[in-house]
Amino acid sequence: MATLKINGETVTVDVADDTPLLWVIREQVGLTGAKYGCGIAQCGTCTIHVDGSPVRSCVYPVGALSGEEEITTIEGLSEEANHPVQEAWAELDIPQCGYCQPGMIMAVAGMLNDNPNPSDEDIDAEITNICRCGTLARVRKGIKLAVEKS
Amino acid sequence: MADTGILSRRGFIVGTGATGLTIGILASCSPGASGPEEPDYSDLPPNDEVNAWVHIDHDDTVTVRIARSEMGQGTLTGLAQLVADELDADWDKVTTVYPTPGENLARERVWRSYSTGGSQGIRGSQDYVREGAAAAKAMLIEAAANEWGVAASECTSADSVITHGPSGQTTTYGAVAGAAGKLAPPLEVTVKDPSEWKIIGEAKKRLDTADKLIGAQVYGADIGLEDVLKDTDATPTELLSASIRQSPKIGATVASFDAAAVENMPGVRKVVALNNPFGEGQNAVAVIAETWWQANSALDALPIEWEGGVDFSTEAFEAELDDGLTSDEAFVGNGGGDLAGAFADAAQVIEATYNMPFQNHACMEPMNTTALYTDDRCEIWCPTQNGEAALAAVSEASGLDIQNCEVYKVHLGGGFGRRGAPDYVQQAVMLAMEVPGTPVKLLWTREEDMKHGFFHPTTKGRVRGALDADGNLTGLHLRISGQSILAALIPQALQDGVDYATFQGLLPPGVDPRLEDQTLKYSFDNFLVDHAMRNPPVRPGFWRGVNLNQNAIYLECFMDELAHAAGRDPLEFRLAHLQDSPEAAAVLQAVADRSGWGQDDGKHRGLCVMYGFGSYVAACSEVTVDEDGVLSIDRIVAATDPGHAVNPQQIEAQVEGSFVYGLSAMLFGEITFEDGVAQETNFDTFNSMRIVDMPEVETIIMPSGGFWGGVGEPTIAVAAPSVLNAIYAATGKRVRQLPIKDQNLRDA
Repeated sequence: MATLKINGETVTVDVADDTPLLWVIREQVGLTGAKYGCGIAQCGTCTIHVDGSPVRSCVYPVGALSGEEEITTIEGLSEEANHPVQEAWAELDIPQCGYCQPGMIMAVAGMLNDNPNPSDEDIDAEITNICRCGTLARVRKGIKLAVEKS
Repeated sequence: MADTGILSRRGFIVGTGATGLTIGILASCSPGASGPEEPDYSDLPPNDEVNAWVHIDHDDTVTVRIARSEMGQGTLTGLAQLVADELDADWDKVTTVYPTPGENLARERVWRSYSTGGSQGIRGSQDYVREGAAAAKAMLIEAAANEWGVAASECTSADSVITHGPSGQTTTYGAVAGAAGKLAPPLEVTVKDPSEWKIIGEAKKRLDTADKLIGAQVYGADIGLEDVLKDTDATPTELLSASIRQSPKIGATVASFDAAAVENMPGVRKVVALNNPFGEGQNAVAVIAETWWQANSALDALPIEWEGGVDFSTEAFEAELDDGLTSDEAFVGNGGGDLAGAFADAAQVIEATYNMPFQNHACMEPMNTTALYTDDRCEIWCPTQNGEAALAAVSEASGLDIQNCEVYKVHLGGGFGRRGAPDYVQQAVMLAMEVPGTPVKLLWTREEDMKHGFFHPTTKGRVRGALDADGNLTGLHLRISGQSILAALIPQALQDGVDYATFQGLLPPGVDPRLEDQTLKYSFDNFLVDHAMRNPPVRPGFWRGVNLNQNAIYLECFMDELAHAAGRDPLEFRLAHLQDSPEAAAVLQAVADRSGWGQDDGKHRGLCVMYGFGSYVAACSEVTVDEDGVLSIDRIVAATDPGHAVNPQQIEAQVEGSFVYGLSAMLFGEITFEDGVAQETNFDTFNSMRIVDMPEVETIIMPSGGFWGGVGEPTIAVAAPSVLNAIYAATGKRVRQLPIKDQNLRDA
């Protein structure tokens, strides 16, 4: 059993402690915005926030949580799709297939929580998500637009 | 004509404009709020469709039926633009829906092909899609004219409103759509001249973005019981999940597995071996469980013994590829003149050999399908690039008549050619047949996806060139050695044994109507392009851009080598052979001009120009290579002439994305085999570009009109050659062995 605070709600789930948080969120909690892409923390499609910091949930065992942490998924990032990152993404029409974008958006939003005005070097170091459609050029523009909007 | 059942019942809107998003948010956030008075249509029966392409509600919402699949390439929005423009619709009220492959079958393929590949989504259907919309518009106007008792020729249309000129009275599409649908379609329609386009050619926002920003877009991997219940007439009460392990070794089969070892693990329902969809015997074991994590955990713990298989090694296969490079026997793809004479008289002969390793498509969303089987029906929920092929696969795997099968398409989390193959569809159906009445969602692990691809084929290219004393190219021979995709997948498409698709981008006109969009635009006097087919036991596939990618490396890196050997400017050297293709010369000149080609500014630049998928593309890349041999790709200027540019900002997105796909392969992409087993299993060993690797890309869209070229693929081909040529400019070293990943560019 594990108790999670996710997007402001407390839920209790009956899973083994070593179950990755990604699969608990997707299969027990029923929020499918965070995606499975690699299972080894390489691609970042599963990125969520734990206490505001980006975490690759596919390798984060649910048993490592105390139950006090605030977990945020893409579904809980904003009330009306109006987080600055979401607004910038809409304005620049960034998603292509979109499968990696919940993770990309959460990675960027998490970076901006800690570093509201990242340099290009900061972006290079912190945003390491894979996008096979190749939105990377617009993602960099989107980050800068989101900074302006914040 | 009435709607068929599924379209009206499903109401599954796959894309919606900004207006839809606003309405959605208002409705969900402020249920008590009331905006401006909206007419109430709730007493009216829903309108029938106007025709197969268009349905219009009383409130003027235009729903465009889209047969091709959306996998990120923007076809959904582009096709909707074609229809909306021809229809004179109000773009802010346009939405889209996928008609199912089963409906297409029942309606005698009214939507024609569902195949989404070869950059054909728009160019392959623009004529009949626009004609369908033009017919719908004519019927709407006729319905209004009938109601008013006036001549249709006195009526005009704009923004979903019909106006009778002499009287000035107006009506809306929604008001007459029901009556329009009952009219006979016009016998002839004329589509607009491009000068009349208002929506085509505009940088419209995509229709499918809103849900992708909030985690609400449902992909195949996300399908749940509620999604199934929206579509099916069956009444399942749960949805099970499955994970699969396929034989790690090519051609191996299941010898044994100890189901008892995992049957009591949490959630496990069934442990089953599956038949090979394309061969003999059982080549996979799957676990069906209550959740996917439980299924996959049980598979991890399941002892499986495999037997047989092929001891294929990419390293050993090099010898076969090398043999093909010098073999006396090869299929001729293009050529002419006196090649032997050119080499005999040459002042200088140069030669180079390049390679292209196996590539995995590596869609971000691993392969998956959800299937529901009952005694008399089988339905799947599937991300597929070819809905009709998926429908046939369901019928074949289930043994049910195709009329009793159905495919509900969902947006793809990447396709790139991989999702045209139906292997995962057949597996999902086989699993669903194990638990009749209960839907099963099969999701591959990334490792399964990486090891069991339909890989971009491996080839080598050896190029020899003859230069005269003045540095003119007088003879060129490109020998391609390696795998044929068609020989493995579509052998009936070979012509007297020749796979002409191998010569993509190098063909003469007139070889095959399906390859007219893949011809060589250079003019050479004495030349030969030929192919020594060497087929490994690895299943090949159509990987975004297909054979254009390596052919561009072989031709365009060598053109650069020739220019330098001749002491000539690589731009001028190329232009000298593009005299018969002003379009190709124009895109090349455009990237040269924009990039600052030829300026003495310390930048290291490389060029590439190609024609493929009906479009002219070029790139000029700028790189730096530091003293330690570390590459930085700094800037790329790209140009594309697709004839007509339906949505410039989406073309720009495809061009930018093409560099990510092409350069990821150049930098990192390689699937190798040892003892028949793929060695790269995930993104740690099959890496993909990250933002740190991403250059600035400037896209020049220069539509010259008069033809419809593809956009999703051609630019990939110019990515690697332009960068490789720039690396030479920076280092004086040629990189001819891909991928670059482990090479020091200063020691190359």
